[in-house]
Amino acid sequence: MKKVFRLEDLDCAACAAKMECAVKKLDGVKDASVSFMRQSMMIEADDDVFDGVVEQAAKVCKKIEPDCVIKR
Amino acid sequence: MNKKQKRLLRDIVISAALLTAAFVTDRLLAAAWYARLALYLPAYLPVALPVLRKAALNLKNGQMLDENFLMAIATVGAMALCEFPEAVFVMLFYQVGEWFEGMAVAKSRRSIGELMEIRPETATVLRDGQERKIPPEDAVIGDILLIRAGEKIPLDGVVTEGRSALNTAALTGENAPREVGVGDSVVSGCINLQGVLRVRVQRLYEDSTVAKILELVENSAAVKSRSETFITRFARVYTPAVVGLAVAISVLPPLFVGAWSDWIHRGLIMLVVSCPCALVLSVPLTFFGGIGGASRSGILVKGSEFLEKLAQMDCLALDKTGTLTKGEFRVLQTVGDQEALRLAASLEAFSEHPIAQSLKRAYNGELLPARNIQELSGLGMTGEIDGEKVLVGARRLMERYGVAVPDDTLPGTSVYAARGGKWIGTVLIGDTLKDTARAAMRVLREQGVRDLVMLTGDTLPAAEAVAREAGISTFRAQLLPQDKVQAVEDLLKTHNVTGFVGDGINDAPVLARADVGIAMGAFGSDAAIEAADVVLMRDDPLLIASARRIAVRTKRIVTENIVCAIAVKVLVLLLAAFNLAGMGAAIFADVGVLVLAVLNALRALKRE
Repeated sequence: MKKVFRLEDLDCAACAAKMECAVKKLDGVKDASVSFMRQSMMIEADDDVFDGVVEQAAKVCKKIEPDCVIKR
Repeated sequence: MNKKQKRLLRDIVISAALLTAAFVTDRLLAAAWYARLALYLPAYLPVALPVLRKAALNLKNGQMLDENFLMAIATVGAMALCEFPEAVFVMLFYQVGEWFEGMAVAKSRRSIGELMEIRPETATVLRDGQERKIPPEDAVIGDILLIRAGEKIPLDGVVTEGRSALNTAALTGENAPREVGVGDSVVSGCINLQGVLRVRVQRLYEDSTVAKILELVENSAAVKSRSETFITRFARVYTPAVVGLAVAISVLPPLFVGAWSDWIHRGLIMLVVSCPCALVLSVPLTFFGGIGGASRSGILVKGSEFLEKLAQMDCLALDKTGTLTKGEFRVLQTVGDQEALRLAASLEAFSEHPIAQSLKRAYNGELLPARNIQELSGLGMTGEIDGEKVLVGARRLMERYGVAVPDDTLPGTSVYAARGGKWIGTVLIGDTLKDTARAAMRVLREQGVRDLVMLTGDTLPAAEAVAREAGISTFRAQLLPQDKVQAVEDLLKTHNVTGFVGDGINDAPVLARADVGIAMGAFGSDAAIEAADVVLMRDDPLLIASARRIAVRTKRIVTENIVCAIAVKVLVLLLAAFNLAGMGAAIFADVGVLVLAVLNALRALKRE
C-alpha cells in the first residue's frame, strides 16, 4: 500500500531530507519520500504492517522535527 | 502571511529596534559586562527564544546537527565571549532569513494551490425530478448533472441540454472560452460561464479528469531529481564536516599558541556557516516553482526528475497522427479524371466512415443518384450510377473486381474510383498538419533537441509528406504499436535522454518506455495522464517547446543556486579560518545567499 500523509508545521528543508532518509531505513518500508514544498510524506509498505510502519515513521519524524505533526 | 509569519515579523521588528537602542546606549556608556548583557538580552530574546526552545528539544532527541542547535551554540557562545551585539545580530538575521524563506515557500505553494482550486465541492444532480446537492464522489454514471453559470463541472460527461461557454483556464492555461452544446463532451474542472447545462455523467469522480489531475499534482513531489538528491547528500556530509572543522579550529591551535577566545570565536563563525537549510531548500523550491509555472501554462509535470530530464533531452520521438497532425482527414488532390471525386462523394454519402466524411465535405456540387449501394467494411463502397457499376475504395477493392489501377507513391490514403470496370481517377486523402507543428519543431531544434524522429503506423509516402512539411528529417513508417516501443528503445541506446510525445491513445507503453513520456492534449484522456511523465493540456505542439523552455530555465536556476551557495559558504569558511570575517559577515553572507537563491528560485514560477 502506498499512502500520502500531510505534515503540519514542517519548517525546515534539511529536516525533511533527514526524515525521508530515516523513514526509508525503517523495517517494512519499501519506499518513502518527504516533500518539504508540499508538506507531505509518501510511505509505501505491505498492507499487513502498514499501520505499524506509519506509527514508527511518526515517531522518527517527531524526533527530527519536534513541532511537526503527521496528519492521519 | 499566516499567523506564524506575522508573529515572527513582529519579533524581528521588536528585536531590531531594541538592538539599535542597546547599541547606541552601549556606545555612550561603556558599561561593565553584566550591564551590557542586561542591555542586549531584551533584544536577543524575542528572536532567540523559539530557536533555543527547539535546540533544547533537539538536544534531548540527540539531533546535534540541527540548525537551531547550531545557531543556539553560535550565539550563546558569542555572548559568553562578550560579543553581545554580534550575537543579537546573528540571531536577528537568522530569523530574517527564516521569515523570508517562509514567505517564498508560501508564495511558491500558492501557485500550485491555484491548480488545486479545480476540485469541485458538490455536484447538483437531478434524481426523480428533484435537485439534490451531493458530494461528487457519490454521483453515478448516467446521473444528470445540473450546472449553473459560475459553477464548476464536477464530473466528466456529455451535454444533454443547454449551450454555454466553458472557462478551461485552470486546466489548460488557455484563456479563450470553449463553446459547448448538446452532444459535446465536457471535462470536470472547467467552469460554466453562462446559462444552465445539463450533463450526463460518463465517468465516476475517481476516474474523472479532475481527480486524475489532482492525484498527479499531489504525488508529483515523490519523484525527486538528481540535483535534489545531490544537494541533500551534500548537506549530510557538509554540516558534520564543517562542525568538525569548527571544533578543531576552536581547540587545536590554541593548545599550541593560546588565545583561546579568538580561536573559539573563529569556530563559532564556522558553526553559523555550517547551517545547510538555504542550500537544501533552494533546489526543491526552484523545481517546485518550475512545476508551478508549467502548470499555469497548461503543462503538468509529474516530478522534478522529469523537469530535469526534459531540460537534458537530446532526442525527441514524435507520434504523427494527433500529435503533429490534427487527426482530421481532408482531400488533398484528385489524380486522373476529376469526375472521380464526384463518384466517390456520391457513394460515400451513404457511409459514416471518417474518410467518407472528408469526401462529402470536399465535394460541393450535386451528387449523382446512386442505387444498389453496398458498404464493404475496410474496402469501400459499390453501387450503380446511370446503370453502370461504380466502385469507390481501397486498392484491394479494385483488385477484387479485377480493375487495373496505376501504381502510385502518393502521400496519404488513396481512394480509387472505377466506373464500368475501369479506373477513372484517385482521390488522395491526407491528414492536416497542425498550424504550429513546423514552428514547434524549429524551436525545439534551436533549444538543442538534436534529433527529432517521427514514428507512425502510416505508409511511407504519407509519413514522408508530413515529415517534410513539419521539417523533420528522420522518420519511421508502418510501425505497429510494439514497433514504436522498439524504435524508442533504439533511440534510448544512442542518446542521453530520449523523450516521446504522443496523444496518449494506443501509445501508453511507448510513453512509459521513454525517459520522458509526454502526452499531448490529455484534456479528457485519463489513460494518458496515468502513463505520461509530462501532460500537455492543449493540443498544441508549441507547448512541447514551452515545457522544454521552462525545464531549461528551471535547471539553470538550480545550477546557479547550488554553485553560488556553495561558493559563498566556502569563501566565508576560509575567511573565518584566517580571522578575516566576523560572525556578522558570516550570517550576512548566509542570509544574503539565501535571499538571492530564493529570489532566483521564484523566477522559475514565471508563466510561459
